[in-house]
Amino acid sequence: MVLALLADIHANLEALEACLTHARERGADRYAFLGDLVGYGADPAAVVEIVAEHAARGAVVVKGNHDAAIAHEDGYLNEAATAAIEWSRAMLSPAQRDFLEMLPLIVREEGACFVHASAAMPERWDYVDSAGAAERSSHAAGRPYTFSGHVHDQVLYGADAHRRMISFVPRPGFSIPAPSHRDWLALAGSVGQPRDGNPSAAYATADLGRGSITFHRVPYDNLAAAAKIRAAGLPEVLAYRLERGV
Amino acid sequence: MGNEIDGFALGACVHAGAMGKLFEVTGREAGFPMLMKVPILDGAAESAETLLAFETEAMILPRLSGTHAPRFVAAGDVSSVPYVVIERIAGESLDHRARPMPAAEVARIGAAIADALHDIHSQGVIHLDLKPDNVILREDGSAVLLDFALAHHRALPDLLAQEHRYAAGSAPYVSPEQVRGSRSDSRSDLFALGVVLYELATGHLPFGVPRTLAGLRDRLWRDPTPPIAHLRDIPPALQEVILRCLEVDAARRYQSASHVAFDLRNPDQVPLTERSRRRMSLGFGEQAVRWWRARDVARMAIGSRGDEEAAPVVMVAVDTTHPDDPRQPDLQRATRRILSLSREFRLICVAVVSSPIGAPAASEKDVQLEHRIRLRHWLAPLEVEAERVSMHVLEAADPGNALVEFAGRNNVDLIVLGAPAPDERALAWWRSVASSVTANARCSVHVVRRAPRSSPVNGDF
Repeated sequence: MVLALLADIHANLEALEACLTHARERGADRYAFLGDLVGYGADPAAVVEIVAEHAARGAVVVKGNHDAAIAHEDGYLNEAATAAIEWSRAMLSPAQRDFLEMLPLIVREEGACFVHASAAMPERWDYVDSAGAAERSSHAAGRPYTFSGHVHDQVLYGADAHRRMISFVPRPGFSIPAPSHRDWLALAGSVGQPRDGNPSAAYATADLGRGSITFHRVPYDNLAAAAKIRAAGLPEVLAYRLERGV
Repeated sequence: MGNEIDGFALGACVHAGAMGKLFEVTGREAGFPMLMKVPILDGAAESAETLLAFETEAMILPRLSGTHAPRFVAAGDVSSVPYVVIERIAGESLDHRARPMPAAEVARIGAAIADALHDIHSQGVIHLDLKPDNVILREDGSAVLLDFALAHHRALPDLLAQEHRYAAGSAPYVSPEQVRGSRSDSRSDLFALGVVLYELATGHLPFGVPRTLAGLRDRLWRDPTPPIAHLRDIPPALQEVILRCLEVDAARRYQSASHVAFDLRNPDQVPLTERSRRRMSLGFGEQAVRWWRARDVARMAIGSRGDEEAAPVVMVAVDTTHPDDPRQPDLQRATRRILSLSREFRLICVAVVSSPIGAPAASEKDVQLEHRIRLRHWLAPLEVEAERVSMHVLEAADPGNALVEFAGRNNVDLIVLGAPAPDERALAWWRSVASSVTANARCSVHVVRRAPRSSPVNGDF
């Protein structure tokens, strides 16, 4: 079974469609959406619609801080993000807003845990940005595999002989053995707003039966997605970020 | 009692160490003899590390190709029956050889090991535990590296990153940066190679056998006794190579295993520096300065380097039979442009002269000298530092073949050579050399043609 892990889509329809096609071509038969479906981008309604269809067919979907902000004002978001949330709220139907509101913060399955930020107090939206934070999240998850987003970079943490987490920056397209007798925490990267200087959409696939994880970068029409942001009158910086991948 | 695991029938136990056992196995048609490696996991505190080292090897071997590492056959499930089945390499490991060895033998074996290191380095793998026990020489003289339990793969998570213990017997070979915790610099293997060469050439270990961490930290500053202080007849070129491998600062070592292999095979082309002339260790004053500096070095952030591509071996084929050919400046320009792309290159200039069958032997030396002089003049305008260049005159009836073979033997990354334009029919001979090299070389080939002279205004420039 190939599980596709899609985090931080941020209402970027072009990037989401490119990643879903890419994943399908690689035999993905299960999907997990790791939060922040909306915010920043110009297509919140279309993105929520696609994710809701997947959810109806059994996909895992967890809530991100931008999704939560649709229902409740969030004082932690910056000005551009707040502007995008207010605009998105108006674009979403009541049913779509309910869908976001009802999302769980964390989902635990037999071998894996899915959460947008850290599994240690998911409601605090702490960034998993160090080996220590990865260790805390993985221990709280209590599963061999923890899959998250929130941090927009692709990082794989693996537990060593003393259960310390070792961080690793993966090379796209290279299948990494990640056997289940060790603990792993994968940050899938951001589908809709990558920030590492490479504008390609980022996501990951995992084959938990075989114990392997592959990170992917997918070129998509980022200029079209940026143009839509400008046309919607959203802050210029959000368009610029997609053009440059910053 | 199971003497069969997953279809493999266990034969004799050929080795039992602290970390694991090795059995001969049969039962699956691999087409070569096989060994099964089984870790010893007795629940002791070290077991977790032993298992991790075992997994590291099981992860890296199947991703290595070529003849310089044992071929991978199968691996068992780590959580139930951990094992790995690999090719059994015939022959004894290098630590069974008597030493000191004659310098020519040291150079031959050293070049073979350097070839093997270059091969794994270009696949993104650093061995990090090179020592004579981990090298077997095949009958054809090539080297196979064993035991990748401590190795690092550029595209895989390094779960050994925080382990600072070394396998028994490795301490004499460990590089200074490994002592400081770095596991991602391919030049660490070149340091270990330097220790191996030193040992083979002199019968001594340059840093002894440290038993404590403090003893290991000596490596951050200590400068070894020059090999020649142990054995008078060590050639200066060999001492130069060994001491350059043993530089504390990785930036002062060779930057690629292919460069080490080349120097060991071409001792007459090794530029001799002060290293080759040392007769004893540095004086007390200089050692004290180094020790003082090492205190800072130990605190400095560890740089990481594992990029063989940054240190390419470029070979340019020069037609020295026609030194005035108008294409020569084009070839020089192209070569200069290619070299400007990397600072750590090695340039090999080759001239091929045809050797007519039955030519008088007496003139051979003159021919060699004449063409070497022409090569030197061809090279002069490029202003390349002497230690980056070597020059060779090959005599061969089939120049294309000679170039391809020479490039293959010397781990060349890129061949640069001239070729005539399709309409220059008179130069059919050169065209055939260029096309045979392009078709048969195992590396990249840069074919240089003259810029089209279509503009009537512009003659030559």
